[in-house]
Amino acid sequence: MSPRRPPPDADLIERREILDEAGMARALKRMAYELVERVGHEGDAIYLVGIRTGGAHLAVRLADLIRASGDVPKPTLGAVDISLYRDDVFRGLPKPEIGPTDLPEPLDGRTVVLVDDVLFTGRTIRAAMDVLGDYGRPRVVKLAALVDRGRRELPIQPDVVGVTVQTAAAESVRVMLKERGETDRVVLRERRA
Amino acid sequence: MTSFPHKHLLGIETLSAEDLTTILDLGERFGEIASRPIKKVPTLRGKTVINLFLEPSTRTRTSFEIAAKRLSADAVNISGSTSSTVKGETLLDTAQNLDAMGPDIVVIRHGQAGAAAMLAKHIRASVVNAGDGAHEHPTQALLDCSTIRAHKGTIAGLTVAICGDITHSRVARSDIHALSKLGATVRVAGPRTLLPVGIEALGATAFHRIEPALEGADVIIMLRIQKERFGTPLFPNTREYSRYFGLNARRLELARPDAIVMHPGPINRGVELDPAIADGPRAVILDQVARGVAIRMAVLYLLGGGAPDPL
Repeated sequence: MSPRRPPPDADLIERREILDEAGMARALKRMAYELVERVGHEGDAIYLVGIRTGGAHLAVRLADLIRASGDVPKPTLGAVDISLYRDDVFRGLPKPEIGPTDLPEPLDGRTVVLVDDVLFTGRTIRAAMDVLGDYGRPRVVKLAALVDRGRRELPIQPDVVGVTVQTAAAESVRVMLKERGETDRVVLRERRA
Repeated sequence: MTSFPHKHLLGIETLSAEDLTTILDLGERFGEIASRPIKKVPTLRGKTVINLFLEPSTRTRTSFEIAAKRLSADAVNISGSTSSTVKGETLLDTAQNLDAMGPDIVVIRHGQAGAAAMLAKHIRASVVNAGDGAHEHPTQALLDCSTIRAHKGTIAGLTVAICGDITHSRVARSDIHALSKLGATVRVAGPRTLLPVGIEALGATAFHRIEPALEGADVIIMLRIQKERFGTPLFPNTREYSRYFGLNARRLELARPDAIVMHPGPINRGVELDPAIADGPRAVILDQVARGVAIRMAVLYLLGGGAPDPL
């Protein structure tokens, strides 16, 4: 099995916009409401765990939106880095920067919501669940993703999704975030012919 | 993205400042794993690390073993007394036999300078030098830099005094290379018989008395007299050595008030280091040991692929 190497930025052309700035704001707001409705009233506060790096930024935003909704306890916010749990660490890909894993409160018995920017093969989520398992035993783990682009390689499904798009294997979904100095938007790109 | 364009870690001399920083940064990340409820990540699952220690060692061997295990690699330890070298097998034969069993990384400590480099030429596995004679001990220098950076914030601009048996110290050599590449000013001090001629060529200033070397230093690294490495006595007796070159409270006052005291271990208490200082608030010796595990995890992680990234 050969590793999936993302093509360099220069080789990709933008094909269409999936979400613009307002669209992303609406999608996140809806996700926050859905989370409150689905798990907000079950025991302790929601424990949002963002997957570095994109998911961690989105988890912060979802936490703010959930807090603003006012009728549930203030969510706990954490972040995980999955670099050391990947199944393709030594398949010739450049090694990613390892970011800190920061889980400020014990996971035991909590309602954890994993947050990712783009849900694709499911391998990232598999790795993130392994990280959680090394820190404790949550009561339940849910998955929230801003974009579900399909093409799963593992039996993993999201609970809350911002937007679902059909994609081809050669395409790539890029989430741009103001936290990284870009304008909020999601675009579908494909390799230059 | 992290890049480390080396298959082996044989010494600090051949590394760039960027390579050193890559390892130090990664070491900081790996340090966090020690505080987790499950102190293990699956990263090197299925990889085999052989620790071939043909010279006595507790700290370094245990540290490499724990580092490999925290990364889920399988670690096999071979020490001098249990190896076939006592039956007359050459190092190269031992290593090639081990290599035939398919390890991914061989960590070697050996009494001869260049042993690790020789192995690297003849076996397929990545080789990590865990000390070769009086030549280099790269992971010790890296954990020293990691400790200094943690306590001082940065290494560039600091003055570091390395005192004691410089001649027989691979730690001194690796430290001098690492600290000067990262921008520190390095002083070495020791009796003339334990201070090699030409050490300045490595970028250190040499002193034959300890006091001027300590003056205004930010970091003091004390070294043990490596009696096992020389036959004829090179100084009258340990009492006299301690009187002239031991670090005590009075001498420590010459350094900066916030100076830290380090020692690669094992310590000969009362010889190079006053026990009150070794156990005192300025000593960061056990912190060095703790950081050693994280640094070695970083090294095993970077080499664990068996080959540099083909980019």
